Parts: sequence; structure tokens; C-alpha cells
Amino acid sequence: MPRALPYLLLLPASLFLLVFFFYPFGLVVVESLTRGGEWTTENFTRMTGHWKFAPAFWNTIWLTAIVVPVQLIMALTMASVVQKLKTGRSGLLYIFAIPLGISDLAAGLIWLAIFEQSGFLNSIFHAFGIIDRPTLYLGYQNMWVIFLAVVLAEIWRATAIMMVIIVAGMGLIPKEYSEAAEVFGASRWQRFTRVTLPLLRPSLQTALILRILMAFEVFAVVMALGGTTLPVLMGETFQWQFQLQDRGVAAAYAMVILGLSVAFSLVVLRLLHVPKGARI
Amino acid sequence: MTDTSPPPAPQLEARRAGRFLFYAGIALLVLWVLVPIWFLFVNALSAPSEVTGFPKRIWPSFDLASIQFFLQFQGVTQALWNSVKVAVLTMILSIAMGAPAGYALSRFDFPGKEFFRVLVIMTRAFPLPLLALPLAVMFIRTGLDDTVLGLALVHAMLALPFAVLITFSLFSGIPVELEEAAWTLGCNRLQAFIKVVLPLALPGIMASAVFAFVISWNEVFAAAVLTIENRTLTAFLLQSLNVSPLPLKFAGGAALVMPALIFIFAVRKYLFAMWGIANR
Repeated sequence: MPRALPYLLLLPASLFLLVFFFYPFGLVVVESLTRGGEWTTENFTRMTGHWKFAPAFWNTIWLTAIVVPVQLIMALTMASVVQKLKTGRSGLLYIFAIPLGISDLAAGLIWLAIFEQSGFLNSIFHAFGIIDRPTLYLGYQNMWVIFLAVVLAEIWRATAIMMVIIVAGMGLIPKEYSEAAEVFGASRWQRFTRVTLPLLRPSLQTALILRILMAFEVFAVVMALGGTTLPVLMGETFQWQFQLQDRGVAAAYAMVILGLSVAFSLVVLRLLHVPKGARI
Repeated sequence: MTDTSPPPAPQLEARRAGRFLFYAGIALLVLWVLVPIWFLFVNALSAPSEVTGFPKRIWPSFDLASIQFFLQFQGVTQALWNSVKVAVLTMILSIAMGAPAGYALSRFDFPGKEFFRVLVIMTRAFPLPLLALPLAVMFIRTGLDDTVLGLALVHAMLALPFAVLITFSLFSGIPVELEEAAWTLGCNRLQAFIKVVLPLALPGIMASAVFAFVISWNEVFAAAVLTIENRTLTAFLLQSLNVSPLPLKFAGGAALVMPALIFIFAVRKYLFAMWGIANR
């Protein structure tokens, strides 16, 4: 009995993973490669042939490329600031962590309140006498404003998760390392780049992977701010599944998102590789 | 920090300027997080005519008409209730399956342990909401489509990896010796677990349950794909985005944000401890 016990304890979770992860995962693959029961790449050619595919793909990539580095820097800043603080630490941490609990849809709506035509941005401009009539920002004529609003909303919403992971990671680094560096005359900046950052690699790995995945899944923020004006991969997946009722193409989109996610996860793992013996 | 002699005047000045910058930076970051939420609540707590009016005031008029309009809108209370039901079910499912697995991983050494761990971590490299696409078909076959349980199963798949990793770290933090002492005092494995380990782990388990609740409460894509009649609040808001009036959107956004604020506050102490070890 004792030998079987760990397997018994793992059984429910394993079965669940099998049924709700591996099985549907296989189904998406099959669905993307078949049409009417025949093996074909037609779903993919249909997908890439549609005019919205290229913009959706590049919008998603650009969003990720802009949002993630900014978030990394902000999260590191927040974490370092909190680390230095003597009083009010937990209060500040709570405030910084708030967006973690806020959904992407809510974040989209929050920034909609700022950017929409009668929104707060226009009101503030009005108060300063810059404009006298509200301008429409989130229209298709102002694609880049929608893009900017999405970038801001994403940065606002998802920096928290990186911050939490990094703060947790910093808490695990023994103080002695930094103190030793200080004794040897390292400046604050040197201590940060030469001691803290390298020791933080495992946490940075987790933070970056999670965050990049979330960035490829960007969806509700975009829907709230721009509807379908600004195409992104996840939004197109939703459109093909729902509006166009074409599960094959939706699955093909899913495969693209999946491919991107796996590729970038591997890149991050490789870049921030931590040898097993070097972990704290 | 440990200076004993007073520094010369210019250095003192530089330090004072540095400190001013430091606190100004903190204030900016706090405003960056809080002001957008404030704007959302101003909108939610103002009369509909003010929400669509221009220019806006920075203070809400505390007119509950928007909230009333939101609550009386057809389908809203149902959607709210569905969100709660799905989130509670997700919480129960993910903890019921994740906690035993976490316990097994932390207490036993057995062949296949590493494999299971890698498996769980691997799921993080996939955009899980996409699994909803093929599951939609499977659910139609099994009669799970458009049910609270069906959606909760998918959300549990999202929350399960976190539940496993978090409970794993929780149980690892409780010394085995405590359990062993209980065995020598005549408890069997189950009794020792219930009387010694569980009370110690319970607050942390509650925290990870809350985390699962938030994951489910916020999820948009799977909810929108899998439900039509039994929509959750996020799915309801998403699908009515381009037809619903602004007051409805903002009141809905506020309804989405409220629980998040409370839950993050409730688990703030555990948030960082949970992530510290879940990284490994």
C-alpha cells in the first residue's frame, strides 16, 4: 500500500491532465490538419490567404515585443524599490499587486474609460484648454492610438505578475552575497547587475515565459478597446470559431499561437539557462 | 546607511535629492496603478448621463443609476451568479486534485516523479484557453456543453498546474519530522495528516484556492467559446461589447474588479511565498 500511495495521490490530477490537456491538444492538432475528414493543409492556406492573418500576426508580435521588455524593467524597478523600503512595504506591495487580480477584459474597460470619446483623456485635455470638443481616438482612422491604448492597458495589467515573481525571487537570494559585494566596493548598480540579476535568473525565466504566453493570448483587452479593428491572433481565432463558424481555420490559428508560445518558451529557457548545480 | 560621521554638505544635498526622487518615483508608480481603477469607479458610480457626458468630473456623483441599470439588464444577475458558480467549482476541483498531487510530490520519492513534475510545468508553456476549441465538440457529445460544470472543468485545467506547484511548495515547507512524531505517538498516516499537516497547511491551501477562484473569475476566452445560455459575467460582457451602452460596460467592469481587489488583499501575504517556490 505505501508504495502505491504516491501514485494514488497523483491519479486524479494525472487523469485530469490526460483528458483535459492531452486529449484536446491532440484534437486541435488533428482538427487543424483535416477538413471534412480528409488530411489537408487547406486550413492553413485559408488562414494565411485571409487578409487579416498578416496584420493579426504582426500586431501580436509587435505588442509582445514592446510590452514585455517595458514590463520587465518596470517590474524590476518596483521590486527593487520595495526591497529598499523599510516602512510601508506590505501596503505598497499590495497596491502594486492589485492588477494581478484584474482580468484582461476589465483592464480593457478601465482603459476604455480613459480613451473613449467622452473619456477622461479628452476631459483632461479639455480642462487644460488643449481641445474644446472631444476627439474620437479609438476609431479605425487612428489605428496607432488603439495600438497604444492596448499597449498601455497590457503594461498596466500584467506588470504585477512579473513583479510578484521577481519579488518572491529576490526574497530567496541570501543577503550575504550583496553585502559581500558591498564590502569589496561594488556600487549599487554593480551589485544589482552583477549579483542580483544573475541570481534572479530562475525567477526571470518563469516571469518571462508566463508573460510572453499571456502576451500571445492578448484578446479581451483588444476587444474592449478596438473591437475587431485591430486584429490579433487570439481575436481572429475567436472570430473564425464564432462568427465564421469555421473550426478548422480556428484550430489552425490555435496552432500558430501554440507554435509561437513553444518557440519563445524554448528561447527564454535557453537564454536564461541555469545549470542545476548553480541554483540557490 | 551605517555612516557614523555626518557627510559633507554637498553629499548631504545629493542624498536628499536622491531620496526625493525615490519617493516621487514610488508616488508615480502608485498613481499609475490606482488612477485608472479610480476612473473606472467614477464612471460606475455616476449617473448614465454623466458617463456619456463631457467633460467628465474627477469625483463620482454617487448616483447608483448606472449600477441599477447594469443589475436590471437582462441576463446580468444570471451571468454574475454563473461566474460565482463556475469559480467555486473551479476552486474545489483544482484543489481536490492538485493538493494530493502536491503532497505526493513533496513527501515521496518514486519512479516517475520527475516526469510528472515536468508534465505539470510543461502545461505552462501552452496557451490553455485554446483547449476550449476542441472541447466544445467533445462537450456537445457528452452533454456538458453550455453547462457550469463543463466550463469549470476547463478552468480547473487552467488552475490545476498552479494548485499542484503551490501546494507542493506549501507541504515542502512543513517538516516531515512533525509527521513522524505523530506516527510514533500512534497516529496512522491519514490521522497524522489531518491532525498535524492540514492545520499548518490550511491557510496556504485557502490562498491557492482563492487564486484558482480569481483565475476562473477572470477567464474570458474559454468562457465565451463554451457558453451561450449559461454565460459568465466575462463572456456576457465580451459578447455584448459592441452593442451595449457605456454605463453597462463600466458598471460591468467595476463588478469584475471588486472581487479581485478583495481577494488579492486576502491572499497578499501568501502571494509572494507561493510564487517563491512555485518558480523552481
